Order: sequence, then structure tokens, then C-alpha cells
Amino acid sequence: MNRRNIYYMPRIKWVMTLLFVIFLLPSSSWAQEARPVAEDPEAEERLIALTEDLRCLVCQNETIAESRADFSNDMRREIREQIQANKTDAEIIEFLVERYGDFVLYDPPFKPTTFLLWFGPLILFLLGLGTLTVYLRQRRTLVEEEKPLTEAERKQAEALLNENKGKDV
Amino acid sequence: MTRYLLPLVVFLIMVGFLFAGLGLNPRQVPSPLIDKPAPVFQLQQLHDPEKILSSEDNLGKVWLLNVWASWCVACRDEHPLLVQLANAGIVPVYGLNYKDERSTALQWLKNFGDPYAVSVVDPEGRVGIDYGVYGVPETYVIDKKGIIRHKQIGPVTVKSMEETILPLVNELQSQI
Repeated sequence: MNRRNIYYMPRIKWVMTLLFVIFLLPSSSWAQEARPVAEDPEAEERLIALTEDLRCLVCQNETIAESRADFSNDMRREIREQIQANKTDAEIIEFLVERYGDFVLYDPPFKPTTFLLWFGPLILFLLGLGTLTVYLRQRRTLVEEEKPLTEAERKQAEALLNENKGKDV
Repeated sequence: MTRYLLPLVVFLIMVGFLFAGLGLNPRQVPSPLIDKPAPVFQLQQLHDPEKILSSEDNLGKVWLLNVWASWCVACRDEHPLLVQLANAGIVPVYGLNYKDERSTALQWLKNFGDPYAVSVVDPEGRVGIDYGVYGVPETYVIDKKGIIRHKQIGPVTVKSMEETILPLVNELQSQI
């Protein structure tokens, strides 16, 4: 029994090592070859600038520029073709908004339905400012209220003042 | 009193907002095409590439446009419902075979049944872009004048069929 164990142990080690190496080896060859850069670098730059502000609807926290989803591939193809057809950026964005709605835009448009979005922070800021002002005013009136010291308070103050007498204050 | 009530009120308002906001499904992006004319297409038919179907051929009747593909797993979930709907003959269902291979698509219909009056092919997804398709399956309800009245994102369910699609179809069919 003992001998068998001794015999098997190194074998398991070898098998594990071999497995480990097998898992490591091919992964580098699985990587795809880099796709060729588009023929027209200027158009590509415009494409990237445009798609960086557009949302991929399938993977909603990615832009169309960075997403590898099929949807974004299609969108990039569509936009590339429209750039080649000499469409302006505004026209291309309008094309997409007509089909997918404002949701494709990372930069929300300024219109009645988005007023709350645009003015919300300002409204909250003003509310906070108002609350702060009211609070400070109330506090000031509390401080300003004149009240003569009582006899006990006067004595306490005197004692405190005397404590420091003779010291360099 | 207000000192204790105010935070409570603010808290309750927040709970209200969060309850409503977190209950929304971010995958259901409202389509801007609702109540707009359905984008026109002329596409080859799946069963017979020689024949073309135009969306304008369907003017004058209420119809459903179902975007499907053989690679789409969720399409299998809704498929029996569509077959049932087609068999009931309530409303014609047209298929938009989206970014698919003709042969696999035909095989798929053979396996699971063909509910479509006609299926047209959109191999590159261009008509899909016109319709704002981003998650297959999607189903559009289009009225007699060719206006999109409803878009179902994701598979049709018994619930959405009974509560939304069928009543809407009924209403649209009674319009002149």
C-alpha cells in the first residue's frame, strides 16, 4: 500500500505539470490577428470621435467605439458608410436618434423632457444654499440676543480671567 | 416636530424615486418609432429569393413584424406562441429573418414550425437598423396605415400577448 503511494505521487505531480503547461501553451495562438487599419485614416478618426459619444444598446455601459458587440460592429459599418457618403456629423447622429432614440446619445439633448436632468443639480444647489442661509440667520439672531450675565456667570468669568493673571498671554 | 418629520419625508420621497427607478428595465429602451410610419423595405423572401416582399404590400391590414434568427435562443421561447397565433388566424405574422443563413433559417422553420405568412431576409441587418432593432427577437405591431403602434423587445410572452398585443390588434383591426 505504502509503496504504491510513493510510486504514484511523482506521477500525479508530472500529470499536473503537464496539464498546466497544456493549458498555458495554446492560449497565445488563439489570439486573433490584428485587423487591418481602415484605408482612410481621416474617416476613421471621425468615426471614433463620433462613436465615443454613442451608447451601444446591447452592452449599455459601453460606447459604440469601444464595444465589440455585433450591434456596435453594424453601427460602425453604417456610420463609416455615411461618412463616405459625405454626411455631416449632425446628419449621422440624427439618423441614429430617429431609429434608436435619445438613449444612444451619451450627451443628452437639451429639451423639455430633459430639463430636470439639466437643471436638477442647480435646483438642489439652490435649495441647499437657501437652507444654509436660513440656518445661519437663525443662528446669528441667537448669538445677538443680549442677555446680561447672572451673578454666578460673572463670578465664573472673573475666576477664569484671574487664572491667567501674571502669565504671558 | 418638523425636525423629526422632515428627514422622514425626504427619506420617503427617495424611497419612492428608487422604487420606481429601480423597477424599470434598462434593456427596454423606448422606441422613437412608435406612432411613426414603419420604415419601408423591399426584401427577398426566405422561401423564394426570386420573390420580393415590400412592406407597402401590407397597407390596409394590421400585421405583426417579428424579427427572428436561427441563432437566436430566445426566439425559440416565443416561437410556439407565434405558431399558435398563426394557427388561430387572428393577425398575420411576417418574419424578418435577421442576419441569418438562408439554409439554417429554413431548417429552423422546419424543426420548430413556420408561423410566418412570409419571411423576408435581412442578411446584413440593414432593415434592422431602420427599425431600431438591437435585441432579437423583437415584434412590431403595425396598423392599416403602416404606422408602428407597438414594439415588443425580447420574446413575446403569454402575458404580453394577452395584455398588450392582442387587445391592441383587436382595436386596430376595428379601425377603418
